Amino acid sequence: MNLPCSIRRWMAAAAGLGALLVPVAGAVYADSSIRPLDHPVWRQECGACHVAYPPQLLPAPSWQAIMSGLDRHFGADARLDSQAQADILRFLELNAGRDETRAGGKPPLRITETRWFIHEHTEELPAGVWKRPDVKSPANCAACHTAADRGDYSERTLHLPKGFSTPSHSKD
Amino acid sequence: MSRYAGACFGAHAIVLNHFRLEIAMRLVVVATLIIAAAGVRAETPADFQARFSAQAKQENPAFTGFSADQGQRWYARTQGREWSCASCHARNPAATGQHAATGKLLAPLAPAANPERFTRSDKVEKWFKRNCNDVLGRPCTAQEKGDVLAYLLTVR
Repeated sequence: MNLPCSIRRWMAAAAGLGALLVPVAGAVYADSSIRPLDHPVWRQECGACHVAYPPQLLPAPSWQAIMSGLDRHFGADARLDSQAQADILRFLELNAGRDETRAGGKPPLRITETRWFIHEHTEELPAGVWKRPDVKSPANCAACHTAADRGDYSERTLHLPKGFSTPSHSKD
Repeated sequence: MSRYAGACFGAHAIVLNHFRLEIAMRLVVVATLIIAAAGVRAETPADFQARFSAQAKQENPAFTGFSADQGQRWYARTQGREWSCASCHARNPAATGQHAATGKLLAPLAPAANPERFTRSDKVEKWFKRNCNDVLGRPCTAQEKGDVLAYLLTVR
């Protein structure tokens, strides 16, 4: 859908209002918006080396696998004390996303491998944006989602680095 | 009559005992909190340097002190693995670093540029434990920690 941002925002607002009038709350979160959550230990510990990734973006089996391998966490030692580890895992499990079935039955370990992420980030994104030295990796949400550290991934706070124009983000 | 009075005093004594028990339990909770707070109380880089120095003497009886020059070379070089300290904490530790894998910006490591560094023992221990493993594949010696802190304290 190639409508200007302002029109799409109005459409989203109208859809939100409709959802309030017709009580089908599930439909409100079925789009690409990420509801901000807070949990101080999670934000501090997971947010030290990368943005504290929203728990909704992976299913519970993924979080369980990730949290049980923190001694070798994507190439880095990310060991936690047992109290923090248990607190964070409980929070991740409680707020985890829907299960994504995989070939071989293995849960995805990277958010960037999920169908949701690929759908949201392949269209209209300029080639090479993730290779820039200031972006470095698709794991670096905050390079474009400038309020990601506060759990805000809305279009309002989405700014591509200098030299790229902000895409009109698809919300279909 | 006297039987009722006895029952009444008995009940009173139980309430009093409960009251005392509750006060005692609260004292225990408060004492625990104070001890816990002391464990993570704010410290200064000099406190850590003194601790590393005491540990270094134990590890090596010939220990003669820390060297900022040695710390600077150690900070910048890789040691058999992919990363050095500078890979994430910036070549100049007073500058903002960038995580080598995730690209996240990291606040400066030098205490002169970031007064929060080397003020909490829980954080200092956690990060030395993880990062020494990533850079060296083993825990750092007290000599290495003291040398690198001596270097970081010279950076303005």
